[in-house]
Amino acid sequence: MPNHSNEELVSQIESSNKRKYFLEKLSEKVFLFCSLLSVISLLLIIGFVFYKGTHPFFAEGYSFIEFIFGLDWVPSEDKFGILPMIVASIFATIGALIIGVPIGLFTAIFLAEIAPKSIARIISPAVQLLAGIPSVLYGVFGLAIIVPFLQNHLGLAKGQSLIAVILVLAIMMLPTIVTVAETSIRAVPKTYREGSLALGASPIGTIFKVVVPAAKSGIMAAIVLGLGRAIGETMAVILVAGNSLVLPTSLTDSIRPLTTNIALEMGYAFGTHQEMLFATGIVLFSFILILNLVLAKIGSKGGK
Amino acid sequence: MNFKKKLMTGIASLSLILVISGCSQDNTEAEPSSGNQYTLAISGSTSVGPLAEKLAEKFEGKNAEVNIEVNQIGSSAGITNSLSGVSEIGMSSRDLKEEEKQEGLAETIIAYDGIVVVTHPTNKVQDLTLDQVKQIFTGEVTNWKELGGDDMEIVVVSREDGSGSRDAFQEIVGYSSGELIRSSIVASGNGNIKTTVAMNKHAVGFISFEYIDDTISTVKINGVQATAENVLQQKYLLSRPFLFVNKPENLTESGQKFIDYILSPEGQEIVSEAGAIRVK
Repeated sequence: MPNHSNEELVSQIESSNKRKYFLEKLSEKVFLFCSLLSVISLLLIIGFVFYKGTHPFFAEGYSFIEFIFGLDWVPSEDKFGILPMIVASIFATIGALIIGVPIGLFTAIFLAEIAPKSIARIISPAVQLLAGIPSVLYGVFGLAIIVPFLQNHLGLAKGQSLIAVILVLAIMMLPTIVTVAETSIRAVPKTYREGSLALGASPIGTIFKVVVPAAKSGIMAAIVLGLGRAIGETMAVILVAGNSLVLPTSLTDSIRPLTTNIALEMGYAFGTHQEMLFATGIVLFSFILILNLVLAKIGSKGGK
Repeated sequence: MNFKKKLMTGIASLSLILVISGCSQDNTEAEPSSGNQYTLAISGSTSVGPLAEKLAEKFEGKNAEVNIEVNQIGSSAGITNSLSGVSEIGMSSRDLKEEEKQEGLAETIIAYDGIVVVTHPTNKVQDLTLDQVKQIFTGEVTNWKELGGDDMEIVVVSREDGSGSRDAFQEIVGYSSGELIRSSIVASGNGNIKTTVAMNKHAVGFISFEYIDDTISTVKINGVQATAENVLQQKYLLSRPFLFVNKPENLTESGQKFIDYILSPEGQEIVSEAGAIRVK
């Protein structure tokens, strides 16, 4: 009965093929669903924040210009101006960049180019561990060490200040900068270094004149990512910023960045006050969006 | 074949995770109601919260069928929650606003609380008038020297806008949120203010009586020490009621029982043990 067994074989193959196709289709659907989840979450978050945050301007007659450029934030008296917070966020981020970028960059260069393996094996995990520390612990560290230090040794009346925020943020952005910059430096082809050294350049000269310029786009991306981390940081900042509502004019002023304004008052806010906090969120979101555009631009340049 | 196996395990483990997470969710939801327990949701003021926790603990010991959940999220949020029905009872450490009363909230005074102005233990200033307190918090006086203390800057620490303690304090002292000195440090919660003041010899802040301990020094107001007796005799000016608010139609039997328990002699005993001031 060869015929019969042949048919059996065909049907067996067919059924196994069917199963295969079914699995194929099913897994495609599962993957599609998973990847859609993040898009859906993004749309929901944007939609919700914008819906809530634009409400006071469209429906309640508040002026958006006054919101952005207003100096007074007194929710109980219906005054909502966030200029001091915008300035505070920008100052804190720039300050953190000034301290964090050189340290992070030099660490990355050291790890990728100079450090003997035995030392890199200690420093690399340490930097990565730094990235894993929950941000609130940075805040506690700042409150327990940096703030009292500023009060007791620099004679400030209050240690909760712009400089305290800058120091905490600079430490927090280090792992991001180091990891991304190190990867991009390592990706520079060995031939570049060999060529430079063969022409008689010193190792340090090679690093700064050849390797770093070649890794420029990656390093820029590292800085922008670190920037994003600094501007969005909330829990660590809320503990060391002091949260005063002043337009910062010196490093010793206590400040209230955009993020802490939301976190500090959301628990107590309702009505227009709450919507204005969402509006603060929109401004913060715009900053992040701009950073992402810059990052995308850097990325596309790097590809060329 | 190998790929298919991997895929299968992948899908299987994914569905397993979904099932497990689904199950655990069910479990946590089911837990409080197991054994016919009723969950009484209370939310609101961080000043009333610690007292409510203590009362809830004792009450649960006597009434096993009720499980009380206390969420400390601030007076305004608590009032909003009781209005929207998210919580059966809201806790407030300030009087209800006119618009909140109009929405039909019933209030019960469960205790009184004093607010005390606190400074660093090394601060020599021990006595202030209400007017001086106002001058400090509005920035008219910026150096402790002007108040009889050392020659150093005053660092004002305040609660955040919307906090019941802050509303009550400002109302009694007589300044508005807009008049508060801009450079003041804003800290969330009584505990946070206490730590900030305890760490800074320049600082002055205000906290509930319940939070007084020896890490900070308390200031007399118009020469009157901040004590429960002085609040009851109405000599001490910085005091306010602790309220339980609820919509009458949302109050269950268990909720009513808890309120009755707080107002009973036993409940009031706990109130005074906790550092608040009894109503009766």
